Amino acid sequence: MTEYNFAYLDEQTKRMIRRAILKGLAIPGYQVPFASREMPMPYGWGTGGVQVSAAVLTPKDTFKVIDQGADDTTNAVSIRTFFQRTAGVATTTATSDATVIQTRHRIPEEPLHEGHILVYQVPIPEPLRFLEPRESETRKMHSLEEYGLMHVKLYEDISRHGHIATSYAYPVKVEGRYVMDPSPIPKFDNPKLGDMAAIQLFGAGREQRIYALPPYTQVVSLDFEDHPFEASKADHPCGMCGATDSYLDELIIDDLGGRMFVCSDTDYCEARQAAGHKGKDAA
Amino acid sequence: MTPLLSVQGITKRYGAHIGCADVSFDLYPGEVMGIVGESGSGKSTLLNCMAGHLTPDAGHVVFDTRTDGPRDTITMSEPERRMLGRTDWAFVHQHARDGLRMGVSAGGNVGERLMAVGDRHYGDIRDKAMDWLGRVEIDASRVDDRPRTFSGGMQQRLQIARNLVTGPRLVFMDEPTGGLDVSVQARLLDLLRGLVRDMGLSAIIVTHDLAVVRLLADRLMVMKSGRVVESGLTDQVLDDPQHAYSQLLVSSVLQV
Repeated sequence: MTEYNFAYLDEQTKRMIRRAILKGLAIPGYQVPFASREMPMPYGWGTGGVQVSAAVLTPKDTFKVIDQGADDTTNAVSIRTFFQRTAGVATTTATSDATVIQTRHRIPEEPLHEGHILVYQVPIPEPLRFLEPRESETRKMHSLEEYGLMHVKLYEDISRHGHIATSYAYPVKVEGRYVMDPSPIPKFDNPKLGDMAAIQLFGAGREQRIYALPPYTQVVSLDFEDHPFEASKADHPCGMCGATDSYLDELIIDDLGGRMFVCSDTDYCEARQAAGHKGKDAA
Repeated sequence: MTPLLSVQGITKRYGAHIGCADVSFDLYPGEVMGIVGESGSGKSTLLNCMAGHLTPDAGHVVFDTRTDGPRDTITMSEPERRMLGRTDWAFVHQHARDGLRMGVSAGGNVGERLMAVGDRHYGDIRDKAMDWLGRVEIDASRVDDRPRTFSGGMQQRLQIARNLVTGPRLVFMDEPTGGLDVSVQARLLDLLRGLVRDMGLSAIIVTHDLAVVRLLADRLMVMKSGRVVESGLTDQVLDDPQHAYSQLLVSSVLQV
């Protein structure tokens, strides 16, 4: 533990990141530029989330990392080990025990509480990026609240697919002001973004942006009056724990078209199985 | 009668070089003004200054807004100017791809301005888009096709539909028929003339094609080296040009 400064980053860097986080919390949904550091992992693996986590972790925290809901995938394991070694904080896979949760692409099924911090890894923080390639122009659009273009994307979805086919990274409007990319979480998780008790922080390392949602922020998913937003999931119960209210992954289990649906949140699924719930595919 | 647009002493310099100098005129509601001149005479600079794309070094552009009456658009705040740019004003670019979103379907292109001013009903937006595609003679079955699959003339008509859908009162056009073959040009001009008459639009058309202004414009300004050398009623200027440059311009047109 003497080899590294607490949580890897030097104190000045953490200070800089905390200032960006505070500004982000003060202006919910606004993308705050920050001087992203080179981290010992490739861009796209969560360099933004790791820097935000490093800046908010304290020695007393209990840290959890999820990747697509799972605690045991490469990204989750490597980041958890990284902070075990560089910060010496306690780690857990149980959502209820954690105080800081870094996540890629999911919000845990279990409700989070005040005092929790949820850190998202964000690949592309700019919701307007694929509609308007000029960053100078998108910044102007944010500052002048010109968000008609965002609906053009939804319009295109409906005209091509008959419904709003965007199923992840579904754009939201924060407190009636900023349009925000909630990172590539499934739109099933969008309703959880709003009015959440925990602090939500978003870090984009390559793009050098931090944004945030303070607790109990109003977050509205964009839609049309005649095509309202719908949080969708696979229409099945979980094969392992039988849950009907959780977001499911579809697994191909043989080459004969066999498939099963299981909770993407592994901790939630395991806790339910331990409590005696059983799905139809459980061994 | 209050002029819809009153341009007073617009000057734009690019360093020592003059873009346009001391241009003044009034445009009344329902009137179409043509600006002609050779390449580099400052026509486009003037148009961009009036439309708020460039900031002039001197002068005023006073527009008669719906709510607050005459306002100087150069000193008004940027959000207000951009709001004008997507409600009461329209800008038709010479190259359709500058004015269209090439990756978005025709319907989305037409609907963008509606959504930008707060329309949030998909069915209504689509109906209006279809209606406008019809008005510019694009088949309704092409509504979900992207503009890159359209011909040049169709792209230009789509750009016009996209601009007129919010019912603007003033249209800026920069060489609307440039780069189109003559038969397509003729159809486009016919269409434009119809739209301008039906909607009671005011328009400022920059072109170097005298046939375009002959057909569309009520009044004409001839520019040379950044200055207006002659102005008046279109027929008057074209049939009896006074300034040496206007005479040259008129006599340069090939008679077939």
